[in-house]
Amino acid sequence: MKIDKNTVDKIAHLARLKLSDAETEKMQSNMEQILSWMEKLNELDTTGVEPLTHMSQEVNVFREDVVGSHLSKEKALENATFKDENFFRVPKII
Amino acid sequence: MKNNYTLVIGLEIHAQLQTKSKMFCTDAVQFGAEPNSLTSPISLGHPGAMPVVNKKAVEFAIKMGLACGCKINELNYFDRKNYFYPDLPKGYQTTQDKAPICVGGAVEIRSGNGEKKTVRLNRIHMEEDAGKLIHLEGNADSFIDLNRAGTPLIEIVTEPDLRSAGDASTFLMAIRKLVRYLEICDGNMEEGSFRCDANVSVMPTGSTEYGKKVEIKNMNSFRFVQKAIDFEFSRQCNLLENGAEILSETRMFSAETGETYAMRSKETMNDYRYFPDPDLQPIFVDEKWLNSIREKMPPLPAFLFEKFTSHYLLTENDATFLTENRETALYFEALCLSKIPAKISANWLMGTVQSYLRENNLEMNQFPISASSLGELIQLVLDNTISHTIAAGELFNQLVLSPETPPINLAEKLNLFQNSDEAFLKEAIDKILLQMPDKVAAYKSGKKGLLGLFMGELKKATQGKADPRLSSQLLERALN
Repeated sequence: MKIDKNTVDKIAHLARLKLSDAETEKMQSNMEQILSWMEKLNELDTTGVEPLTHMSQEVNVFREDVVGSHLSKEKALENATFKDENFFRVPKII
Repeated sequence: MKNNYTLVIGLEIHAQLQTKSKMFCTDAVQFGAEPNSLTSPISLGHPGAMPVVNKKAVEFAIKMGLACGCKINELNYFDRKNYFYPDLPKGYQTTQDKAPICVGGAVEIRSGNGEKKTVRLNRIHMEEDAGKLIHLEGNADSFIDLNRAGTPLIEIVTEPDLRSAGDASTFLMAIRKLVRYLEICDGNMEEGSFRCDANVSVMPTGSTEYGKKVEIKNMNSFRFVQKAIDFEFSRQCNLLENGAEILSETRMFSAETGETYAMRSKETMNDYRYFPDPDLQPIFVDEKWLNSIREKMPPLPAFLFEKFTSHYLLTENDATFLTENRETALYFEALCLSKIPAKISANWLMGTVQSYLRENNLEMNQFPISASSLGELIQLVLDNTISHTIAAGELFNQLVLSPETPPINLAEKLNLFQNSDEAFLKEAIDKILLQMPDKVAAYKSGKKGLLGLFMGELKKATQGKADPRLSSQLLERALN
């Protein structure tokens, strides 16, 4: 299956990846290979077969509405790249 | 110019569910807590953290669906809506795309002119709230508080059935009334636990093809919803009149200017790449579960309105007032059950009780007097033991202060019983009439309206305790 450069650019953008021209080219061919392989599945007739969304047959796995323990604020912020004593911080977006 | 166009509105309403814990983890749901103090690896979206569904949140969503006559979907699953935004640490919002829990349904509203209108729902689905972004003027950064991340929400999506800003606001109120009756959301627009986006378009009147729609966000009060839609109506009509094109875009409402403005242009079309969330097992709603929820449904405003008008024979205005919130409606019913006639119960609630609440800035659920106690007080008036004026004044005020004391004991202690002593009243009347010979003459020459003045004087002279019926009989006798 053919993938054009625009499609690769769009997917890279959605994933917030910045690819060099060489990387884009490589990605393009990788994706083509993957999709070609997946195309094999299209040979199967799946009419009337429900999509398999989950690997187990379990349903209704619930928890009761009970409050448990929280991370401390310090712990919560620990891995953040930018922060102050109260908040995660990011470059202004509005 | 607006006459040539029809306004078409659809609403998307987000209601935060009043659960104790979040949708998929055990963090507390709480407004106004210290920033970033209500998080866990799940709400922060740490790798490997596994969500588990809060059963109560699902039941709340089903309740709303039942209240709106929706079809409850049997097999439910959650989808991931993928996009990057700093208030969404996982990189996707867990929501329902293909299989919303409630499908269809409708809510009836009364338009400004009393006309009934049916607003169809498209769906109600479950999802989680994002964190909160805080932008401070002059600061180069945005701040993120993730306490709200993962709070359970339902999103109620209407069909484009609304045709005026007023109807949109009325509908929103009807939905808020419902979620409050169901006790699934506190409906607080200011704190953001009840939010509304509007899809607005215009089309030439008579046309059946909708125009391009604009989504309006950031309207955090009923008044703003109305203002924003009205503004948008004019704006779009103007554009069309001038031959300009309407852009499908998202616009923000500014409370300062009363206008809407385009948000920074959206990057290419959103592509959320929805897919079923593999971490969350499907939810199967069987008839047995559905019935157990159905059995716990409280009486709803539309049902009570009907009952109050047809069974208790109240006017539509009275019934509207009394069904405004669940507490008032139940209180009214309790008064009626304690044998107070419906109209009298209604008048007390809409008069004395309502002014007390307003003066003290209280809600009905904070009203200190129990229905049975207020019933006893009203009964004292019905029995002619205490005048209405005193009951609604001094006795009511005392009862508010000591709601545990039986009203009759309070009345006795304060010496508030009505005076039906004929000799006593006659003497008081004679005294009054002697003091105002000119008014008496005027009355006798035909100014019958002066009776009220004499009654007023008698009330004053007896500190309101004169039995009104007996008094007016005695007065008329004395004057004729």
